[in-house]
Amino acid sequence: MVEWRYWFAENRNTLLAVLMFVVMFAIYAGNHPAGFTANVVQTAANKATLLAFVAMAQALVIITSGIDLSVGMVLTLANCVASWIVVGTGLETTLGILGVLATGALCGAVNGLIVIFGRLQPIVTTIATGAMFYGIALFLRPFPGGSVNETLADFMTGKAFGFFPMSFVALGAVVLAIWVPYSRSVIGRAAYAAGSSESAAYMSGMPVKLAKFTAYVLSGLLAAIGGLYLTFFSYTGEAAYASGNTYTLFSIAAVVLGGVSLMGGRGSAIGAIFGALAFRTIGDLLFVFDFDPLWQPLFQGVVLLFAVSISAFGLFRVRNKLDWFP
Amino acid sequence: MSQQQPLLTMKGITKRYGGVLALSNADLEIMPGRIHAVLGENGAGKSTLIKVMAGVVKPDEGHMALAGHDVSFATPAAANAAGIVCVFQELSLIPDLSVADNIVISQPPTRAGVINRAEQRRIAEQALADAGASDIHPSALVRDLPLSRRQIVEIAKALARKPKVLILDEATSALTATDVQKVFAVIKRLRNEGKAIVYISHRMHEIAELADDCTVFRNGRKISTFTAGSKTDSEVVELMIGREYKNVFPPKGNVALTGAPAIACRHLSWAGRLNDISLSVHPGEVVGLGGLDGQGQRELLLALFGVLRGVSGKVERDGLPTSIRDPSRARLPQSGMALIPEDRKTEGLMLPMSIGDNLCFSALDRVSSRGVLDRGAVARKIQEMIDLLQIKVASPDLPVSSLSGGNQQKVVIAKWLMNEPRVVLLNDPTRGIDVGTKQEIYALLRRLADSGVAILFYSTDYDELIGCCDRVMVMYGGAIVRELAGEAITEHALVASALNINEGAVHG
Repeated sequence: MVEWRYWFAENRNTLLAVLMFVVMFAIYAGNHPAGFTANVVQTAANKATLLAFVAMAQALVIITSGIDLSVGMVLTLANCVASWIVVGTGLETTLGILGVLATGALCGAVNGLIVIFGRLQPIVTTIATGAMFYGIALFLRPFPGGSVNETLADFMTGKAFGFFPMSFVALGAVVLAIWVPYSRSVIGRAAYAAGSSESAAYMSGMPVKLAKFTAYVLSGLLAAIGGLYLTFFSYTGEAAYASGNTYTLFSIAAVVLGGVSLMGGRGSAIGAIFGALAFRTIGDLLFVFDFDPLWQPLFQGVVLLFAVSISAFGLFRVRNKLDWFP
Repeated sequence: MSQQQPLLTMKGITKRYGGVLALSNADLEIMPGRIHAVLGENGAGKSTLIKVMAGVVKPDEGHMALAGHDVSFATPAAANAAGIVCVFQELSLIPDLSVADNIVISQPPTRAGVINRAEQRRIAEQALADAGASDIHPSALVRDLPLSRRQIVEIAKALARKPKVLILDEATSALTATDVQKVFAVIKRLRNEGKAIVYISHRMHEIAELADDCTVFRNGRKISTFTAGSKTDSEVVELMIGREYKNVFPPKGNVALTGAPAIACRHLSWAGRLNDISLSVHPGEVVGLGGLDGQGQRELLLALFGVLRGVSGKVERDGLPTSIRDPSRARLPQSGMALIPEDRKTEGLMLPMSIGDNLCFSALDRVSSRGVLDRGAVARKIQEMIDLLQIKVASPDLPVSSLSGGNQQKVVIAKWLMNEPRVVLLNDPTRGIDVGTKQEIYALLRRLADSGVAILFYSTDYDELIGCCDRVMVMYGGAIVRELAGEAITEHALVASALNINEGAVHG
């Protein structure tokens, strides 16, 4: 076999996610009354970026074969914190942003420490810590309110060079600053190894604990970036319980659409981003075809189920039933 | 014996697991430039000894010295750093990473904190070449490789760490004959380079070919160390099992084969991997499947047991046509079939569950009424099976993972016997199992056959096929190329037909 085939085999799931998004977006843009214009792209981008950050956060943890059910609440908490401190002069705003990011990283660190050293199941741990994060958020913003540095907010949600959505620039910058070095580092490789076979990773002398801890911290950090973006869109902070939970669930859907294995060890944050974009497009398709908005959840569910089952079609070709079981 | 200082010395090593003494006051000296074989039945303490060496477990007592300096390893990484590298029996590869990723896994080359892929590629290619496996592509994912290739990657991974002491624990158990020869050449080259090698294998002829020194363990104690070749095979086996080594194989039966075969297949084919296979096994008969590894023997057993989809051809049970499409049907009384799978850890046992639970899984309907388990009946059946197979258990409530390999295999067999099968299919049931347990399994197979059970038995061990089977079907490329019966089952005939050459060619 030639080199590119191996590369393809390794990245197949991510490439499928990209392909799925491209197809969906083509349908969307092709049927949108305004066509494929900068405005269509920008609106779609702003809506999708938020979920993309949370999906990245989720992907990092799922790759280690964990799960983080607190990502939505970290986002909510970050939103509430940001509505207090990302204001004022340039310096104050900068310090405020650092404060929001530190909050997210701290939330992730708490999750990681409990999961690694407390040896608790990630699913239960993060349900509990998620409730705690929400509690703090509610304490900070019992009622929706606060504000944000609007100049910055408008810049971050606007257009770069007059046509390219700034939110995608931010998303790309985060990928370059966090995902690319992480996935190529020893820690990142250990994270994949831990998700694929933790005992083998341990026996090979890999830094398994450090890798998992890093994954949870980065997850918190990325969710906080998502929260920051939410603040840029909404100009306010709100401890919204339902929306926090929705982000958590959607992040898992996006990750699966993005070809990240829930068993761990396979997939990439890039895939998760495209999974998020595709998932958002599913929701938008409805408006393009002029359905009653009441249909949205049902329609979204059906399309999601269909999209997820595409990856299961391979099972029909399996001729040895033992291959059904991972 | 050379006058050199030993490279690795272990003194008075003792290790207990709970109340069980796994290793008791064990001493061992490993010389540089020699291959040291460690022998013993499963559960004799070899695995624990190696785990102590490799830093996987900490001994309760005793100390180790490497090149004259006292050492103790907290983690496998620490042992690796000191130059002690182990190729474990259970593969330690990460399935979702590439071959190259796996080879450099503990110390990837980095540049500015990021893994240097070009350098990694170079190291991996070098290590694969050293292991005699340049045909494996460094970018291939480990999960896409067959078991035998994975084991070679495992060895390449160990070599990439430039070990001073290389420990090979059953490292050839999954290899094909050609790969074994390549690995042997590598091991001998390392010896000539002055490395110390600790070699563990249940295959006596491998030890005869490789070892310079031998140490025998039994029941957690060191029994004897001697220069290789100074004792006969049967003396060595006596040391290992602590009793006189008589004929391992029970006498063959003389059952008159009358009536319809218990199981027969006609023109069985599947996915290009099984080609037009016809065979029959009568009640009371032990029929072997021979040939090189991977010639369709496993697939044939899986096909008969209903695991494969899209199988063409006919299967008959007691002369009546049947179609078994699922293991859950195969085990029903009207089919009465059992399959002892190849990999007891994944297909045979639920490792974290108790011994008792594992024994009952295939026969739950026999110990329950209207869907409710009868706890008394369960306990009785479990005890019956533990007695029948002489499984060494402290309590049936312990997790099955706490048993040694041989006893785990007995649990897998017992769980199916509880179902009182009439046709038993076995897939290499004695791989990685000690001599004593093997002997018990052979005797059990013959007892089953004498009681009228039909047995179809795949083995990679020629001695077993010769010693146990009434007939042997030799497979090659998914088809049966030769049938041998009675006195015609010789090592010579088996090897010749396994290679699918006519017998004259081997003499030449």
